Amino acid sequence: MAYNLKQELSKPERLAGGHRMCAGCGAPIAVRGVTRAVKEGDKLVVGCATGCLEVSTFMYPYTSWKDSFIHNAFENAGATMSGVEAAYNALKRKGKIKGEYKFIAFGGDGGTYDIGFQSLSGAMERGHDMVYVCYDNGAYMNTGIQRSSATPKFADTTTTPSGKVSTGKSQGRKDLTQIIANHHIPYVAQTTFFRNFKDLHEKSEKAIYKKGAAFLNILAPCPRGWRYPTEDIMEMCKLAVDTCFWPLYEVEDGKWKLNYIPKKKLPIADFLKPQGRFKHLFTPDNEHLIEEYQKEIDQRWEDLLVLCGEKSL
Amino acid sequence: MSIRERLSGNEAIAFAMKQINPDVVAAFPITPSTEIPQYFSQYVADGQVDTEFVPVESEHSAISACVGSQAAGARTMTATSSCGLALMHEILYIAASNRLPITIAAINRALSGPININADHSDTMGSRDSGWIQIYSENNQEAYDNFIQALKIVEHKDVQLPAMVCQDGFITSHAVENIELIEDAKVKEFVGEYNPECYLLNEKQPMSVGPYDTPSYYLEHKRQQAEGMKNAKIVALEVAKEFEKISGRKYGLFEAYKLEDAEAAIVIINSTAGTAKDAVDKMRNEGKKVGLLKIRLFRPFPAEEIAEALKHVKVLAAMDKTESFSSQGGPLGAEIKAALYHEEKSPKIVNYIYGLGGRDVKVEDISSVYEDLYEILATGVTGETYRYLSVRNQEGK
Ligand SMILES: Cc1ncc(C[n+]2csc(CCOP(=O)(O)OP(=O)(O)O)c2C)c(N)n1
Ligand code: SF4
Ligand SMILES: [Mg+2]
Repeated sequence: MAYNLKQELSKPERLAGGHRMCAGCGAPIAVRGVTRAVKEGDKLVVGCATGCLEVSTFMYPYTSWKDSFIHNAFENAGATMSGVEAAYNALKRKGKIKGEYKFIAFGGDGGTYDIGFQSLSGAMERGHDMVYVCYDNGAYMNTGIQRSSATPKFADTTTTPSGKVSTGKSQGRKDLTQIIANHHIPYVAQTTFFRNFKDLHEKSEKAIYKKGAAFLNILAPCPRGWRYPTEDIMEMCKLAVDTCFWPLYEVEDGKWKLNYIPKKKLPIADFLKPQGRFKHLFTPDNEHLIEEYQKEIDQRWEDLLVLCGEKSL
Repeated sequence: MSIRERLSGNEAIAFAMKQINPDVVAAFPITPSTEIPQYFSQYVADGQVDTEFVPVESEHSAISACVGSQAAGARTMTATSSCGLALMHEILYIAASNRLPITIAAINRALSGPININADHSDTMGSRDSGWIQIYSENNQEAYDNFIQALKIVEHKDVQLPAMVCQDGFITSHAVENIELIEDAKVKEFVGEYNPECYLLNEKQPMSVGPYDTPSYYLEHKRQQAEGMKNAKIVALEVAKEFEKISGRKYGLFEAYKLEDAEAAIVIINSTAGTAKDAVDKMRNEGKKVGLLKIRLFRPFPAEEIAEALKHVKVLAAMDKTESFSSQGGPLGAEIKAALYHEEKSPKIVNYIYGLGGRDVKVEDISSVYEDLYEILATGVTGETYRYLSVRNQEGK
């Protein structure tokens, strides 16, 4: 059946409204986008690492989660879901469970790229039949916008502040999607909120229904941490994709595939400019930093084109 | 008919796990508990159990997976020691506060550093306030019996808390001794089916586990948890009674050995109790009224019952196989003193730190403690209450 956004939006939501995330936050959009791909009638257990999403959707005695949900700690969503999935296999084998269950763990970039990296790597390597979704907003937002290894170069965060002798974060981003792809699991993809959400939907569907471990990395902007006008979220995502800051691609059964090549690749400055966290770059003294940034983006994009067979070496 | 065997403490635990046939085991190797997941994965490989074995990449993930699994509705267990238990530390509290009846076979080993693989109690004593029930075992038989009983205690509706069943690394985990095993069918009947009330994979009623808890509720949640721990004491005794019916072996909250008329006594945990009993017998032969109390349940701490058992003693040594660096003794010492505080005629109490990092403790060492106690009795002077047993001084003597 062809993808139809309107029809998808008419399905009952698995994450109820009334949660406490900021207006315009990318994280719940990611959650809804992913969970909409779970077939109606299929049961779901959601796991979540500590972070904005968790503390804002399950505050005792209220939960926004209509499916079963488990939060354990900050660094162990991967291992926790491994345990849930193992329990399912055991109980199913003993005939104690009849229905089909799906398992999806959500973690922020901090809980995924950094402190939960080992737990995620272990879960993926062991091949649990689950999806791990990183909602990447490029910093530890819940504790007040500290840098993570997903924070883009030069971003001003509360632990990489720009100052008289600092131009923000001095390191580039860790490429987690590629690292997980190199675990050689059945499905890995990178996506964001783009156009009619078809890319996110189809990748979620594959990740959920392909047997074995799957990983989705979703760029999920945080208007507070990035400092752009809340209503511009779709524009921010589009710029991330069109500047090749956040390429849309997937690795299915070892085959790398680029899902979108911008007709006109925009300069990285277009993505950086609207965001307050990069404000310090747009002074006459710092022009060379934007050039340096552009080089890094170009190099990574070229490498990806090769990996995806769009270009040969 | 029970089965007579010769097994090490680790084999005994693995065997109990096989008989229980849990739904999920998630574990990571660390000396001296490594053999438990090794034996167990062989049972899995040979189809002797239906368990899902999750060979995780760390102990942190072992306990994290256990939390996920038990919350999902599966009977779940693991084994660890020392640094492994320390790495689990954060998640131990989460398991307990979520009221998840997970069982850990804890094979006691010194914590780093310096790194050391031998027995002391710094690992489990480090998690004594994490909300886990702690049951200690003198030998392989007790480890086996306690492990089976633990399951029935933790899953009891009035308890619903996790437990660690402890024994001394190498001394009992690796030493092969005679053991009496209970028939499979009897063990299975004893532990029964695990049918939790609320769990993630309940098809009729989804649930959310692990909320953000505000100051408006947190205190009450902790109070309820403490209530479960209080109940564990009563439940442990009920379970022990039932266990006696299938095994013929009696268990209480602690073991009192020649304590009734004792004037000098020691309180001790795990394998050194065996050595200490020899010392007691020897001194009894010399006409000295000595006795000992061996801890079984450390969490919850059966303070009233222990006070009742010790209040007639004139002088007492609490033996800690761990440091607490309080500069006044170890955790057992602190509990014993607190338990006896309300007694009108409390014994004089000294606290020994002994056997750290696997330092051998012989009958003579324990006898020297009793001699020290008799010295206090004779002179009426307690002297230093924070003592080290058989430690060399700076000159190496
Ligand atoms: C072991 C541990 N260390 C630190 C914290 C504090 N902490 C909670 S959430 C968080 C940051 C979360 O960042 P991320 O995973 O990116 O999610 P976000 O808040 O951005 O959604 C931190 C540092 C914690 N809860 N546990
Ligand atoms: S701080 Fe950012 S990530 Fe957190 S809820 Fe607000 S918008 Fe979302
Ligand atoms: Mg983040």
